[in-house]
Amino acid sequence: MSILINKNTRVLCQGITGHTGEFHTRGCLEYGTQVVAGCTPGKGGQTVAGVPVFNTVLEAVEQTGADATMIYVPPPFTADAILEAVDAEIGVIVAITEGIPILDMVRVYEKVKRSGSVLIGPNCPGLITPDECKIGILPGYIHKKGPVGVISRSGTLTYEAVWQLSNVGLGQSTCIGLGGDPIVGMSFVDLLKLFGADDSTEAVLMIGEIGGTAEEEAAAFVAEQIDKPVAAFIAGRTAPPGKRMGHAGAIISGGKGTAVEKVTALEAAGIVVAESPADMGLAVKRAIETSGRC
Amino acid sequence: MKIHEYQAKQLLREADVAVPESCVARSADEAAAAFESLGGSLAVVKAQIHAGGRGKGTLRENTEQHGVQLVHSGQEAADVAGALLGSHLITVQTGAKGQKINQVLIEAGCDIARELYLGIVVDRSLARPVLMVSSAGGMNIETVAAETPELIYREAFDRDAGLDAYQARKLAAVLELAPGSVRSAVQFMQRLCRLFVAQDCSLVEINPLVVTANDDLIALDAKMSFDDNALFRHKDLQELRDLAEEEPTEVRAGDAGLNYVKLEGNIGCLVNGAGLAMSTMDLIKLHGGEPANFLDVGGGANVEQVTEAFNILLADADVKAVLVNIFGGIMRCTTIASAVVEAYKSVGFNVPLVVRLEGTEVDEGRNILAESGVDIITAVDLTDAAQKVVAAAR
Repeated sequence: MSILINKNTRVLCQGITGHTGEFHTRGCLEYGTQVVAGCTPGKGGQTVAGVPVFNTVLEAVEQTGADATMIYVPPPFTADAILEAVDAEIGVIVAITEGIPILDMVRVYEKVKRSGSVLIGPNCPGLITPDECKIGILPGYIHKKGPVGVISRSGTLTYEAVWQLSNVGLGQSTCIGLGGDPIVGMSFVDLLKLFGADDSTEAVLMIGEIGGTAEEEAAAFVAEQIDKPVAAFIAGRTAPPGKRMGHAGAIISGGKGTAVEKVTALEAAGIVVAESPADMGLAVKRAIETSGRC
Repeated sequence: MKIHEYQAKQLLREADVAVPESCVARSADEAAAAFESLGGSLAVVKAQIHAGGRGKGTLRENTEQHGVQLVHSGQEAADVAGALLGSHLITVQTGAKGQKINQVLIEAGCDIARELYLGIVVDRSLARPVLMVSSAGGMNIETVAAETPELIYREAFDRDAGLDAYQARKLAAVLELAPGSVRSAVQFMQRLCRLFVAQDCSLVEINPLVVTANDDLIALDAKMSFDDNALFRHKDLQELRDLAEEEPTEVRAGDAGLNYVKLEGNIGCLVNGAGLAMSTMDLIKLHGGEPANFLDVGGGANVEQVTEAFNILLADADVKAVLVNIFGGIMRCTTIASAVVEAYKSVGFNVPLVVRLEGTEVDEGRNILAESGVDIITAVDLTDAAQKVVAAAR
C-alpha cells in the first residue's frame, strides 16, 4: 500500500516535447513508472521516448487510460494545462513548473477544489512510491521502500531527509513535495489524512518552512486526528522578515509565519521537531521509539 | 517588484481613484516650480524610496531632516528638497546605511478629518484576494494586527467578479463613514480591487486613507508591489522598476538565474535548492556561526552559473569562509565539482572553502576535487560541514 500512486498508476506527461518534459519522462520510465501518454498541442501523432503524443489531454485519457499527469509546460501556460487535466477528470495532477502567477493559482485552486481531482504543486519536485511509481524530478535511487510517509514544501531538503531516513534504516511509503509557492494544491493536512488511513504508513515526517500557516494547521490536525508518530523540521529559523528565501512562499510577512511560531505549534501537538537539519532521520526514529510502536 | 509612491499614485489616477495633486522633482529648482504649479499655500515634500517609515525616518547626513516635511513656500520646498535629494534616508525598514533619495514628490496639502487604513493582498490560506480596512489609519498595521486585531475588517473577493457592492457597504458601515459618502467609498474600494487583479499586484496599501472635511475619500499615501511571476504580461509595469533601489549583488545574481539574499554574517553559502539553502543557514547559526547570505543555485545550474555564484560570494568583503552544500538530485555532483575547479582557476579562492557533496555521482565528484589539487576542506555530512566552516571563519 501507499498513497495517491502505485505500480498501477498510468501517467501522462503534459509538455512532453519540451526539453525538460522529455528528460524527466525518460527518468520516470527508467524508474519503472508507466508513462503511457504525452500531450503537446499541435504535436499529436509524434512519439517521445517511445511514448505516444496527443493534441489534447482528453484524447490521451480516452486512448490510454491515463489517471495521473505531470506538467512541465512553461509558467504562462501552466494554469491552462492544469485546468485541461481537471476537465479530463484526471485524478492526480502534479504541476512541476515554477513561476506561475499567483492570481492564476487563485483561479485554478477554486476549480480544483470543486472537482474530483487533487493537485500537487506547482513548483514542486513531484512524488514517489518507492519501487513502484515516480512522478516528477526526484532522484529515484535514494528512496527505499518502508514505513515512513514524507511530506515536504521543499525539493533538495527532502532528498536530504530521505537519505537520512535510509541511513537510519527507515524506508518510505510515499514521499510528496507540496511545492514552494504561496498557493499550492494539496496541503500538509490533506496528506496527513491520507497517511493516517494508509496501513503501510507507520510514521510521518513533515518538512516545513517559514511563511504562511500550513504547518500550524497541520499541527492542530495531528493533535486531534493522527495517532501515528509524527516528526518535523522547519527550515528558515535564521531568515530575516520581509526577505523572500528563494521560494515565493518562504517569506515572513506581517510578523506571521516565523519558524518559532511553527515549532511551538508542532511541539504542542506532540510532534518531535528536529532542531538541526542533520537530525531529520533521527527525529523520526525518536518519534517512533517514544510512541512504543514498530 | 516594488515601485515608488509617485508611480503608484499615477496608476491610481489612471484607475479613477482619488489622490492629491502632486509633481515629482529631481532638483531644488524643480521642487520650487512644483510648489508654485500646485498653487496652494501649503504642500508636502516626500522622499521617494522603496521603504516605509519615511515620516519618522531621518537623513544619515543630517538627523534634523525627516523624509516627509510640510512646506509653505516655493523657497521652503526648494530648501527641503535640496537637503533630501542625494542624501540617505534611514527608516525602520532600510537598515543603518539608509537608502539614497533620487527624487521627491511635492504634493498639495489636504484637509484631514480622519485617517483610515486600506490594504489588499492575496490571503494564502483562503487562496483568494482580500480587502482589509481599519479605522486605525496612519499607524503601522502590523502593530494594529498584533495589539488590536478587532479593529481590522476583511472581505475576501472573487478574482474575476471583483468586490461586490454589498461587501464595500459593510466595510463603509464598520468604518462609520457618513451616509452621504458611502456611494463614493464603494466605488473607491471596487476600483482598487479591480486594479489589484488587473495589474497582478501582490500588495496595494493605502495608509493613510483620508476622509476629508467634505467626507471625500482620498489616497494620501500609496504603496504597490507586483507579482514577479506575472510581469511577463505587463510590459508597461516592467518599465517602472528602479534598479537603484535594489541591492546590486542581488540584481547581478538575478541576471545569472541565481537566488541570492545578502545577510549580515561572514560565512558564504552556496547550496542547491531553496529549502536546503535555508536549512544550511540555520545549521551554521546552530553551530555558532553567522551566514553571510542565502544562495540557491537552483536544481539545474551549469558550470557558468556556479562560477558566477562563486564570483558573487568571493567579492563580498564580509565573507571569511565559504560552505558549498550540494545534495545532487537532478544536479550531478560532478557538475558542481567541475565548477569548483573552474572557479578556482578563474577566480581564485582567498578564503577557506568547505565542501560537502552527496547524491547523484558523488564518488566521481569527490574524485574530481581530490585530483584537482584545489585546496578544499571536505566534509562528510551536514554537522561536520557546519563545524568545519564555523572553525575556518574564526
